[in-house]
Amino acid sequence: MFVFFCPHCGENREEEEFGYGGEAFIPRPSAPETLDDDAWGDYLFMRKNPKGWHWEMWSHNTGCRKFFVVKRNTATNAIAGSWTLSDGRKAYDAEGGAT
Amino acid sequence: MRKDYSSWSLFTKGLRHNEGWDPAWRSAEPKPSYDVVIVGAGGHGLATAYYLAKEHGLRNVAVIEKGYLGGGNTARNTTIVRSNYLWDEAALLYEHALKLWEGLTEDLNFNVMFSQRGVFNLGHTLQDMRDIERRVNANNLNGIDALVLDAAEVKRRIPILNTAKTARYPVLGASFQPRGGIARHDAVAWGFARAASKYGVDIIENCEVIGMDIANGRIVGLETTRGPIRSERVGCVASGHSSVLAKMAGIRMPIESHPLQAFVSESMKPVLDTVVMSNAVHGYASQSDKGELVIGAGIDHYTSYTQRGSPHIIEHTAAAIIELFPMFSRVRMNRQWGGIVDTTPDACPIISKTKIKGLYFNCGWGTGGFKATPGSGNVFAHTIAKDDPHPLNRAFDLARFSTGHLIDEHGAAGVAH
Repeated sequence: MFVFFCPHCGENREEEEFGYGGEAFIPRPSAPETLDDDAWGDYLFMRKNPKGWHWEMWSHNTGCRKFFVVKRNTATNAIAGSWTLSDGRKAYDAEGGAT
Repeated sequence: MRKDYSSWSLFTKGLRHNEGWDPAWRSAEPKPSYDVVIVGAGGHGLATAYYLAKEHGLRNVAVIEKGYLGGGNTARNTTIVRSNYLWDEAALLYEHALKLWEGLTEDLNFNVMFSQRGVFNLGHTLQDMRDIERRVNANNLNGIDALVLDAAEVKRRIPILNTAKTARYPVLGASFQPRGGIARHDAVAWGFARAASKYGVDIIENCEVIGMDIANGRIVGLETTRGPIRSERVGCVASGHSSVLAKMAGIRMPIESHPLQAFVSESMKPVLDTVVMSNAVHGYASQSDKGELVIGAGIDHYTSYTQRGSPHIIEHTAAAIIELFPMFSRVRMNRQWGGIVDTTPDACPIISKTKIKGLYFNCGWGTGGFKATPGSGNVFAHTIAKDDPHPLNRAFDLARFSTGHLIDEHGAAGVAH
Protein backbone atom coordinates (compact mmCIF):
# COMPACT_ATOMS: atom_id res chain seq x y z
CA MET A 1 0.00 0.00 0.00
CA PHE A 2 1.52 3.29 -1.10
CA VAL A 3 1.26 6.45 0.96
CA PHE A 4 1.23 9.50 -1.31
CA PHE A 5 1.63 13.15 -0.38
CA CYS A 6 -1.06 15.23 -2.09
CA PRO A 7 0.51 18.60 -2.88
CA HIS A 8 -2.93 20.21 -3.11
CA CYS A 9 -4.19 18.99 0.28
CA GLY A 10 -0.78 19.01 1.96
CA GLU A 11 -1.51 15.58 3.45
CA ASN A 12 -0.04 12.07 3.35
CA ARG A 13 -2.82 9.64 2.49
CA GLU A 14 -3.11 5.92 1.64
CA GLU A 15 -3.26 4.64 -1.92
CA GLU A 16 -6.95 3.73 -1.75
CA GLU A 17 -7.80 7.46 -1.85
CA PHE A 18 -6.04 7.86 -5.19
CA GLY A 19 -6.56 6.87 -8.80
CA TYR A 20 -3.70 6.11 -11.19
CA GLY A 21 -3.45 8.51 -14.11
CA GLY A 22 -0.65 6.92 -16.13
CA GLU A 23 2.51 8.37 -17.63
CA ALA A 24 2.87 12.13 -17.05
CA PHE A 25 3.74 14.89 -19.51
CA ILE A 26 2.62 13.27 -22.76
CA PRO A 27 2.18 16.37 -24.91
CA ARG A 28 -1.01 16.55 -26.93
CA PRO A 29 -0.01 17.26 -30.54
CA SER A 30 -0.69 20.91 -31.32
CA ALA A 31 -1.92 20.16 -34.85
CA PRO A 32 -3.36 16.61 -34.84
CA GLU A 33 -4.74 16.94 -38.38
CA THR A 34 -1.21 17.27 -39.76
CA LEU A 35 0.07 14.05 -38.15
CA ASP A 36 0.52 10.79 -39.99
CA ASP A 37 -0.95 7.58 -38.54
CA ASP A 38 2.31 6.51 -36.91
CA ALA A 39 2.72 9.78 -35.02
CA TRP A 40 -0.93 9.81 -33.90
CA GLY A 41 -0.73 6.13 -32.85
CA ASP A 42 2.43 6.93 -30.93
CA TYR A 43 0.66 9.72 -29.05
CA LEU A 44 -2.40 7.58 -28.29
CA PHE A 45 -0.86 4.24 -27.42
CA MET A 46 2.91 4.11 -27.06
CA ARG A 47 4.27 4.41 -23.51
CA LYS A 48 7.74 4.53 -21.95
CA ASN A 49 6.85 1.89 -19.33
CA PRO A 50 10.35 2.14 -17.84
CA LYS A 51 11.87 -0.22 -15.31
CA GLY A 52 13.14 2.46 -12.98
CA TRP A 53 12.14 6.06 -12.31
CA HIS A 54 8.76 6.94 -13.75
CA TRP A 55 6.97 10.28 -13.83
CA GLU A 56 3.29 9.56 -13.44
CA MET A 57 -0.02 11.21 -12.61
CA TRP A 58 -2.28 10.34 -9.74
CA SER A 59 -5.61 11.94 -8.88
CA HIS A 60 -6.80 12.41 -5.33
CA ASN A 61 -10.20 10.80 -5.98
CA THR A 62 -11.66 10.86 -2.48
CA GLY A 63 -9.95 14.11 -1.47
CA CYS A 64 -9.50 17.27 -3.54
CA ARG A 65 -10.16 15.37 -6.83
CA LYS A 66 -7.17 17.07 -8.43
CA PHE A 67 -4.34 15.54 -10.43
CA PHE A 68 -0.73 15.76 -9.30
CA VAL A 69 2.60 14.24 -10.35
CA VAL A 70 4.60 11.52 -8.58
CA LYS A 71 8.11 10.36 -9.39
CA ARG A 72 8.18 6.68 -8.49
CA ASN A 73 10.64 3.87 -9.13
CA THR A 74 8.83 0.96 -10.81
CA ALA A 75 11.63 -1.48 -9.94
CA THR A 76 11.69 -0.74 -6.20
CA ASN A 77 8.43 1.14 -5.48
CA ALA A 78 10.49 4.02 -3.98
CA ILE A 79 8.82 7.43 -4.23
CA ALA A 80 11.00 10.48 -4.86
CA GLY A 81 8.28 13.06 -4.33
CA SER A 82 4.94 14.62 -5.31
CA TRP A 83 4.40 17.86 -7.16
CA THR A 84 1.57 19.85 -8.63
CA LEU A 85 1.47 19.48 -12.43
CA SER A 86 3.23 22.79 -13.05
CA ASP A 87 5.93 22.30 -10.40
CA GLY A 88 6.37 18.69 -11.51
CA ARG A 89 6.88 19.83 -15.08
CA LYS A 90 9.71 22.10 -13.97
CA ALA A 91 11.38 19.29 -12.01
CA TYR A 92 10.89 16.91 -14.96
CA ASP A 93 12.38 19.39 -17.43
CA ALA A 94 15.28 20.08 -15.06
CA GLU A 95 16.15 16.37 -15.36
CA GLY A 96 16.03 16.67 -19.13
CA GLY A 97 12.69 14.82 -19.35
CA ALA A 98 14.44 11.57 -18.48
CA THR A 99 12.54 8.49 -17.37
CA MET B 1 18.76 -39.04 -26.54
CA ARG B 2 16.48 -39.22 -23.53
CA LYS B 3 14.00 -42.06 -23.41
CA ASP B 4 10.28 -41.42 -23.50
CA TYR B 5 8.34 -41.70 -20.29
CA SER B 6 6.07 -44.75 -20.19
CA SER B 7 4.23 -47.00 -17.75
CA TRP B 8 7.17 -49.40 -18.01
CA SER B 9 9.76 -46.73 -17.14
CA LEU B 10 7.64 -45.62 -14.17
CA PHE B 11 7.46 -49.24 -13.00
CA THR B 12 11.13 -50.08 -13.39
CA LYS B 13 12.37 -46.77 -11.94
CA GLY B 14 9.86 -47.24 -9.10
CA LEU B 15 11.51 -50.58 -8.23
CA ARG B 16 14.78 -48.66 -7.84
CA HIS B 17 13.20 -46.06 -5.52
CA ASN B 18 12.95 -43.56 -8.39
CA GLU B 19 16.71 -43.16 -8.53
CA GLY B 20 18.38 -42.85 -11.89
CA TRP B 21 15.92 -40.64 -13.75
CA ASP B 22 17.68 -38.49 -16.34
CA PRO B 23 17.28 -34.71 -15.94
CA ALA B 24 14.27 -33.65 -18.01
CA TRP B 25 16.28 -31.13 -20.00
CA ARG B 26 19.88 -30.25 -20.65
CA SER B 27 21.13 -27.03 -19.04
CA ALA B 28 23.42 -25.58 -21.71
CA GLU B 29 26.35 -23.18 -21.86
CA PRO B 30 25.88 -20.41 -24.43
CA LYS B 31 27.51 -21.07 -27.80
CA PRO B 32 28.93 -18.11 -29.75
CA SER B 33 26.12 -18.14 -32.31
CA TYR B 34 22.72 -19.60 -33.10
CA ASP B 35 20.27 -19.55 -36.01
CA VAL B 36 17.53 -18.29 -33.67
CA VAL B 37 17.65 -16.98 -30.11
CA ILE B 38 14.47 -16.84 -28.05
CA VAL B 39 14.59 -14.40 -25.13
CA GLY B 40 12.53 -15.70 -22.22
CA ALA B 41 12.19 -19.31 -21.05
CA GLY B 42 8.59 -19.16 -19.95
CA GLY B 43 5.87 -21.31 -21.49
CA HIS B 44 5.51 -19.15 -24.62
CA GLY B 45 9.26 -18.94 -25.29
CA LEU B 46 9.85 -22.66 -24.77
CA ALA B 47 6.83 -23.50 -26.92
CA THR B 48 8.26 -21.26 -29.66
CA ALA B 49 11.58 -23.11 -29.55
CA TYR B 50 9.81 -26.49 -29.55
CA TYR B 51 7.71 -25.68 -32.63
CA LEU B 52 10.70 -24.10 -34.40
CA ALA B 53 12.51 -27.41 -34.00
CA LYS B 54 9.54 -29.70 -34.60
CA GLU B 55 7.66 -27.98 -37.42
CA HIS B 56 10.31 -25.83 -39.09
CA GLY B 57 13.45 -27.96 -38.71
CA LEU B 58 15.39 -25.22 -36.89
CA ARG B 59 17.49 -27.03 -34.30
CA ASN B 60 20.35 -24.57 -33.74
CA VAL B 61 18.19 -22.59 -31.34
CA ALA B 62 18.81 -21.15 -27.88
CA VAL B 63 16.28 -20.07 -25.28
CA ILE B 64 17.91 -17.62 -22.87
CA GLU B 65 16.37 -16.68 -19.55
CA LYS B 66 17.39 -14.02 -17.04
CA GLY B 67 16.13 -16.04 -14.08
CA TYR B 68 15.23 -19.70 -13.98
CA LEU B 69 13.08 -21.74 -16.32
CA GLY B 70 9.37 -21.03 -15.98
CA GLY B 71 9.95 -18.74 -12.99
CA GLY B 72 8.02 -15.74 -14.26
CA ASN B 73 4.37 -15.57 -15.19
CA THR B 74 4.32 -19.25 -16.18
CA ALA B 75 4.64 -20.06 -12.48
CA ARG B 76 2.41 -17.19 -11.35
CA ASN B 77 -0.84 -17.51 -13.28
CA THR B 78 -4.09 -19.16 -12.26
CA THR B 79 -3.83 -21.85 -14.99
CA ILE B 80 -7.20 -21.25 -16.68
CA VAL B 81 -7.54 -22.37 -20.31
CA ARG B 82 -10.47 -21.33 -22.52
CA SER B 83 -11.10 -19.88 -25.99
CA ASN B 84 -14.45 -18.09 -25.64
CA TYR B 85 -13.33 -14.73 -27.02
CA LEU B 86 -15.70 -12.42 -28.87
CA TRP B 87 -13.90 -11.27 -32.02
CA ASP B 88 -12.95 -13.65 -34.84
CA GLU B 89 -9.22 -12.87 -34.74
CA ALA B 90 -8.87 -13.53 -31.01
CA ALA B 91 -11.30 -16.45 -30.89
CA LEU B 92 -9.50 -18.31 -33.69
CA LEU B 93 -6.08 -17.72 -32.11
CA TYR B 94 -7.17 -18.98 -28.68
CA GLU B 95 -9.11 -21.87 -30.26
CA HIS B 96 -5.94 -22.87 -32.14
CA ALA B 97 -4.23 -22.99 -28.75
CA LEU B 98 -7.06 -24.97 -27.16
CA LYS B 99 -6.86 -27.59 -29.92
CA LEU B 100 -3.12 -27.93 -29.27
CA TRP B 101 -3.80 -28.23 -25.52
CA GLU B 102 -6.07 -31.18 -26.24
CA GLY B 103 -3.19 -33.21 -27.66
CA LEU B 104 -0.33 -31.63 -25.75
CA THR B 105 0.37 -34.34 -23.17
CA GLU B 106 0.78 -36.97 -25.91
CA ASP B 107 2.70 -34.60 -28.19
CA LEU B 108 5.23 -33.68 -25.48
CA ASN B 109 5.25 -37.11 -23.80
CA PHE B 110 4.85 -35.12 -20.58
CA ASN B 111 1.70 -34.98 -18.52
CA VAL B 112 0.60 -31.34 -18.46
CA MET B 113 -2.49 -32.42 -16.48
CA PHE B 114 -4.84 -30.62 -18.84
CA SER B 115 -8.26 -31.03 -17.28
CA GLN B 116 -11.26 -29.95 -19.36
CA ARG B 117 -13.54 -29.30 -16.42
CA GLY B 118 -15.37 -26.41 -18.08
CA VAL B 119 -15.29 -22.66 -17.51
CA PHE B 120 -18.24 -20.57 -16.32
CA ASN B 121 -18.37 -16.81 -16.94
CA LEU B 122 -21.13 -15.51 -14.66
CA GLY B 123 -23.61 -12.79 -15.58
CA HIS B 124 -24.98 -10.57 -12.81
CA THR B 125 -26.95 -7.93 -14.73
CA LEU B 126 -29.22 -7.86 -17.77
CA GLN B 127 -26.43 -6.23 -19.73
CA ASP B 128 -24.04 -9.01 -18.64
CA MET B 129 -26.54 -11.57 -19.96
CA ARG B 130 -26.95 -9.74 -23.28
CA ASP B 131 -23.16 -9.64 -23.66
CA ILE B 132 -22.97 -13.34 -22.79
CA GLU B 133 -25.63 -14.21 -25.41
CA ARG B 134 -23.72 -12.21 -28.00
CA ARG B 135 -20.37 -13.78 -27.12
CA VAL B 136 -21.78 -17.33 -27.06
CA ASN B 137 -23.40 -16.79 -30.47
CA ALA B 138 -20.14 -15.42 -31.84
CA ASN B 139 -18.28 -18.43 -30.40
CA ASN B 140 -20.73 -20.88 -31.98
CA LEU B 141 -20.34 -19.20 -35.37
CA ASN B 142 -16.58 -19.73 -35.02
CA GLY B 143 -17.07 -23.40 -34.18
CA ILE B 144 -16.20 -22.90 -30.52
CA ASP B 145 -18.24 -24.76 -27.93
CA ALA B 146 -20.21 -22.38 -25.72
CA LEU B 147 -23.67 -22.25 -24.23
CA VAL B 148 -25.82 -19.95 -22.17
CA LEU B 149 -27.06 -21.33 -18.86
CA ASP B 150 -29.75 -19.83 -16.64
CA ALA B 151 -29.30 -19.32 -12.91
CA ALA B 152 -31.08 -22.55 -11.94
CA GLU B 153 -28.83 -24.61 -14.21
CA VAL B 154 -25.72 -22.82 -12.92
CA LYS B 155 -26.84 -23.61 -9.36
CA ARG B 156 -27.44 -27.26 -10.31
CA ARG B 157 -23.93 -27.56 -11.70
CA ILE B 158 -22.18 -25.54 -8.95
CA PRO B 159 -24.16 -26.19 -5.75
CA ILE B 160 -21.85 -24.13 -3.52
CA LEU B 161 -22.31 -20.98 -5.62
CA ASN B 162 -24.44 -18.29 -4.01
CA THR B 163 -27.28 -17.70 -6.47
CA ALA B 164 -29.68 -16.14 -3.94
CA LYS B 165 -31.83 -13.32 -5.29
CA THR B 166 -30.90 -11.35 -2.17
CA ALA B 167 -27.21 -11.29 -3.12
CA ARG B 168 -25.73 -7.86 -3.76
CA TYR B 169 -25.03 -8.93 -7.36
CA PRO B 170 -27.37 -11.89 -7.95
CA VAL B 171 -26.29 -14.51 -10.50
CA LEU B 172 -28.66 -14.33 -13.49
CA GLY B 173 -26.90 -16.95 -15.58
CA ALA B 174 -23.58 -17.78 -17.19
CA SER B 175 -21.78 -18.66 -20.35
CA PHE B 176 -20.20 -22.10 -20.20
CA GLN B 177 -17.38 -23.52 -22.28
CA PRO B 178 -17.21 -27.28 -21.59
CA ARG B 179 -13.82 -27.72 -23.30
CA GLY B 180 -12.20 -25.07 -21.12
CA GLY B 181 -10.40 -26.01 -17.94
CA ILE B 182 -7.06 -25.86 -16.22
CA ALA B 183 -3.57 -27.28 -16.74
CA ARG B 184 -0.53 -27.76 -14.54
CA HIS B 185 1.43 -24.59 -15.32
CA ASP B 186 4.89 -25.80 -14.21
CA ALA B 187 4.47 -29.00 -16.18
CA VAL B 188 3.84 -26.92 -19.30
CA ALA B 189 7.23 -25.23 -18.93
CA TRP B 190 8.97 -28.48 -18.04
CA GLY B 191 7.26 -30.43 -20.82
CA PHE B 192 8.12 -27.90 -23.53
CA ALA B 193 11.68 -27.59 -22.15
CA ARG B 194 12.18 -31.34 -22.22
CA ALA B 195 10.70 -31.76 -25.69
CA ALA B 196 12.69 -28.83 -27.10
CA SER B 197 15.88 -29.99 -25.42
CA LYS B 198 15.39 -33.39 -27.04
CA TYR B 199 15.54 -31.70 -30.45
CA GLY B 200 18.86 -30.08 -29.45
CA VAL B 201 17.58 -26.68 -28.35
CA ASP B 202 19.94 -25.04 -25.82
CA ILE B 203 18.19 -23.77 -22.68
CA ILE B 204 20.40 -21.22 -20.94
CA GLU B 205 19.31 -19.91 -17.55
CA ASN B 206 20.70 -16.93 -15.58
CA CYS B 207 21.48 -15.18 -18.86
CA GLU B 208 20.00 -11.69 -19.05
CA VAL B 209 19.98 -9.60 -22.22
CA ILE B 210 21.67 -6.25 -21.56
CA GLY B 211 21.95 -4.96 -25.12
CA MET B 212 21.14 -5.63 -28.74
CA ASP B 213 23.60 -5.39 -31.62
CA ILE B 214 21.82 -3.84 -34.55
CA ALA B 215 23.57 -2.98 -37.82
CA ASN B 216 21.92 -1.48 -40.92
CA GLY B 217 18.45 -2.02 -39.50
CA ARG B 218 19.09 -5.71 -38.87
CA ILE B 219 19.70 -7.59 -35.63
CA VAL B 220 23.06 -9.34 -35.56
CA GLY B 221 23.38 -10.42 -31.95
CA LEU B 222 22.69 -9.90 -28.27
CA GLU B 223 24.84 -8.72 -25.39
CA THR B 224 24.07 -10.84 -22.35
CA THR B 225 25.36 -11.20 -18.81
CA ARG B 226 27.05 -14.40 -20.04
CA GLY B 227 28.76 -12.77 -23.00
CA PRO B 228 27.77 -11.90 -26.56
CA ILE B 229 25.62 -14.30 -28.59
CA ARG B 230 25.41 -13.86 -32.37
CA SER B 231 22.13 -14.50 -34.09
CA GLU B 232 20.35 -12.95 -37.04
CA ARG B 233 16.95 -13.93 -35.75
CA VAL B 234 15.80 -13.04 -32.24
CA GLY B 235 12.34 -13.64 -30.81
CA CYS B 236 11.51 -11.70 -27.64
CA VAL B 237 8.95 -13.40 -25.40
CA ALA B 238 9.54 -11.52 -22.16
CA SER B 239 5.99 -10.62 -21.03
CA GLY B 240 6.29 -7.87 -18.39
CA HIS B 241 9.81 -6.92 -19.48
CA SER B 242 8.98 -6.52 -23.19
CA SER B 243 9.18 -2.71 -23.02
CA VAL B 244 12.69 -3.01 -21.53
CA LEU B 245 13.84 -5.20 -24.43
CA ALA B 246 12.06 -3.08 -27.04
CA LYS B 247 13.82 0.03 -25.74
CA MET B 248 17.21 -1.63 -26.45
CA ALA B 249 16.14 -1.81 -30.10
CA GLY B 250 14.72 1.72 -30.14
CA ILE B 251 11.14 0.45 -30.49
CA ARG B 252 8.23 1.96 -28.58
CA MET B 253 5.58 -0.44 -27.33
CA PRO B 254 1.93 0.20 -26.41
CA ILE B 255 2.49 -1.82 -23.24
CA GLU B 256 2.15 -1.01 -19.57
CA SER B 257 3.45 -3.52 -17.03
CA HIS B 258 1.20 -4.02 -14.02
CA PRO B 259 1.31 -6.37 -11.04
CA LEU B 260 -1.41 -9.03 -11.08
CA GLN B 261 -1.87 -10.82 -7.79
CA ALA B 262 -3.16 -14.32 -7.09
CA PHE B 263 -3.28 -16.66 -4.15
CA VAL B 264 -3.94 -20.25 -3.17
CA SER B 265 -5.63 -21.66 -0.10
CA GLU B 266 -4.77 -24.63 2.07
CA SER B 267 -5.59 -27.98 0.47
CA MET B 268 -9.14 -29.19 0.94
CA LYS B 269 -11.39 -32.06 -0.12
CA PRO B 270 -12.90 -31.43 -3.59
CA VAL B 271 -15.62 -28.76 -3.44
CA LEU B 272 -15.35 -27.06 -6.81
CA ASP B 273 -15.01 -29.23 -9.93
CA THR B 274 -14.99 -26.47 -12.53
CA VAL B 275 -13.68 -22.94 -13.14
CA VAL B 276 -15.82 -19.95 -12.16
CA MET B 277 -15.12 -16.41 -13.37
CA SER B 278 -17.09 -13.25 -12.78
CA ASN B 279 -16.39 -9.90 -14.39
CA ALA B 280 -19.00 -8.07 -12.33
CA VAL B 281 -17.87 -8.99 -8.82
CA HIS B 282 -14.43 -9.44 -10.33
CA GLY B 283 -12.84 -12.65 -9.21
CA TYR B 284 -12.15 -16.12 -10.48
CA ALA B 285 -11.54 -19.42 -8.75
CA SER B 286 -10.86 -23.07 -9.38
CA GLN B 287 -9.60 -25.95 -7.28
CA SER B 288 -6.30 -27.57 -8.17
CA ASP B 289 -5.71 -31.31 -8.16
CA LYS B 290 -3.86 -30.83 -4.87
CA GLY B 291 -7.10 -29.41 -3.43
CA GLU B 292 -6.00 -25.79 -3.17
CA LEU B 293 -8.38 -23.05 -4.22
CA VAL B 294 -6.59 -20.98 -6.88
CA ILE B 295 -7.90 -17.42 -6.79
CA GLY B 296 -7.22 -14.28 -8.77
CA ALA B 297 -8.78 -10.97 -9.68
CA GLY B 298 -7.84 -7.60 -11.14
CA ILE B 299 -4.52 -5.93 -11.71
CA ASP B 300 -2.98 -3.25 -9.52
CA HIS B 301 -3.67 -0.01 -11.36
CA TYR B 302 -0.16 1.44 -11.32
CA THR B 303 2.73 0.19 -13.44
CA SER B 304 5.39 -1.78 -11.62
CA TYR B 305 8.07 -4.43 -12.13
CA THR B 306 8.17 -5.50 -8.48
CA GLN B 307 6.14 -8.75 -8.68
CA ARG B 308 4.04 -7.67 -5.72
CA GLY B 309 0.97 -5.51 -5.36
CA SER B 310 -1.05 -3.63 -2.79
CA PRO B 311 -3.02 -5.35 -0.01
CA HIS B 312 -6.32 -3.65 -0.72
CA ILE B 313 -6.45 -5.52 -4.05
CA ILE B 314 -6.22 -8.79 -2.10
CA GLU B 315 -9.06 -7.62 0.13
CA HIS B 316 -11.15 -6.78 -2.94
CA THR B 317 -10.44 -10.20 -4.44
CA ALA B 318 -11.32 -12.04 -1.24
CA ALA B 319 -14.56 -10.04 -0.98
CA ALA B 320 -15.52 -11.04 -4.52
CA ILE B 321 -14.83 -14.72 -3.92
CA ILE B 322 -16.80 -14.74 -0.65
CA GLU B 323 -19.67 -12.99 -2.44
CA LEU B 324 -19.75 -15.91 -4.88
CA PHE B 325 -18.89 -18.68 -2.41
CA PRO B 326 -19.90 -17.71 1.14
CA MET B 327 -18.61 -21.06 2.47
CA PHE B 328 -15.04 -20.05 1.50
CA SER B 329 -15.06 -17.32 4.17
CA ARG B 330 -13.42 -19.70 6.65
CA VAL B 331 -10.78 -21.04 4.25
CA ARG B 332 -7.23 -20.07 5.14
CA MET B 333 -4.96 -18.76 2.41
CA ASN B 334 -1.54 -20.35 2.03
CA ARG B 335 0.43 -18.24 -0.41
CA GLN B 336 0.04 -14.95 -2.25
CA TRP B 337 2.18 -13.53 -5.04
CA GLY B 338 2.27 -11.11 -7.93
CA GLY B 339 3.33 -11.40 -11.55
CA ILE B 340 4.08 -8.60 -13.99
CA VAL B 341 1.56 -8.59 -16.82
CA ASP B 342 2.15 -6.71 -20.08
CA THR B 343 -1.19 -5.05 -20.81
CA THR B 344 -2.07 -3.54 -24.18
CA PRO B 345 -4.75 -0.95 -24.98
CA ASP B 346 -7.03 -3.57 -26.61
CA ALA B 347 -6.33 -6.51 -24.24
CA CYS B 348 -4.91 -8.48 -27.17
CA PRO B 349 -1.34 -9.68 -27.74
CA ILE B 350 1.31 -8.42 -30.15
CA ILE B 351 2.86 -11.24 -32.21
CA SER B 352 4.77 -9.31 -34.77
CA LYS B 353 7.75 -8.50 -36.89
CA THR B 354 9.36 -5.15 -36.11
CA LYS B 355 11.10 -2.37 -38.00
CA ILE B 356 14.37 -4.17 -37.12
CA LYS B 357 14.90 -7.02 -39.60
CA GLY B 358 15.15 -10.35 -37.80
CA LEU B 359 13.76 -9.04 -34.51
CA TYR B 360 10.34 -10.36 -33.51
CA PHE B 361 8.14 -9.71 -30.51
CA ASN B 362 5.53 -11.91 -28.88
CA CYS B 363 4.11 -9.93 -25.96
CA GLY B 364 1.15 -8.01 -24.65
CA TRP B 365 -0.72 -11.10 -23.46
CA GLY B 366 -1.64 -9.16 -20.36
CA THR B 367 -3.64 -11.13 -17.86
CA GLY B 368 -4.52 -14.07 -20.10
CA GLY B 369 -1.42 -15.50 -21.70
CA PHE B 370 -1.27 -18.93 -20.08
CA LYS B 371 -4.28 -20.28 -21.98
CA ALA B 372 -2.58 -19.45 -25.28
CA THR B 373 0.82 -20.99 -24.51
CA PRO B 374 0.98 -23.71 -27.21
CA GLY B 375 -0.86 -21.65 -29.84
CA SER B 376 1.28 -18.61 -29.18
CA GLY B 377 4.50 -20.60 -29.55
CA ASN B 378 3.15 -22.32 -32.65
CA VAL B 379 2.27 -19.16 -34.60
CA PHE B 380 5.33 -17.25 -33.34
CA ALA B 381 7.62 -20.07 -34.53
CA HIS B 382 5.97 -19.77 -37.95
CA THR B 383 6.47 -15.98 -37.90
CA ILE B 384 10.18 -16.35 -37.13
CA ALA B 385 10.88 -19.30 -39.44
CA LYS B 386 9.11 -17.80 -42.48
CA ASP B 387 9.78 -14.14 -41.61
CA ASP B 388 6.06 -13.77 -42.20
CA PRO B 389 3.12 -14.02 -39.80
CA HIS B 390 0.98 -17.14 -39.60
CA PRO B 391 -2.57 -16.38 -40.86
CA LEU B 392 -3.76 -16.60 -37.25
CA ASN B 393 -1.47 -13.87 -35.95
CA ARG B 394 -1.45 -11.53 -38.96
CA ALA B 395 -4.03 -9.30 -37.23
CA PHE B 396 -1.89 -9.09 -34.07
CA ASP B 397 0.74 -6.94 -35.76
CA LEU B 398 2.31 -4.00 -33.93
CA ALA B 399 1.11 -1.83 -36.82
CA ARG B 400 -2.49 -2.08 -35.63
CA PHE B 401 -1.75 0.72 -33.18
CA SER B 402 -1.14 3.01 -36.17
CA THR B 403 -3.81 1.71 -38.52
CA GLY B 404 -6.48 1.61 -35.83
CA HIS B 405 -7.38 -2.05 -36.40
CA LEU B 406 -7.59 -2.77 -32.69
CA ILE B 407 -9.20 -6.00 -31.49
CA ASP B 408 -11.12 -4.90 -28.43
CA GLU B 409 -11.30 -7.93 -26.15
CA HIS B 410 -11.70 -6.16 -22.81
CA GLY B 411 -15.06 -7.88 -22.38
CA ALA B 412 -13.81 -11.42 -22.89
CA ALA B 413 -10.43 -10.87 -21.25
CA GLY B 414 -12.15 -11.50 -17.94
CA VAL B 415 -9.95 -9.14 -15.94
CA ALA B 416 -10.47 -5.40 -15.86
CA HIS B 417 -7.46 -3.32 -16.85
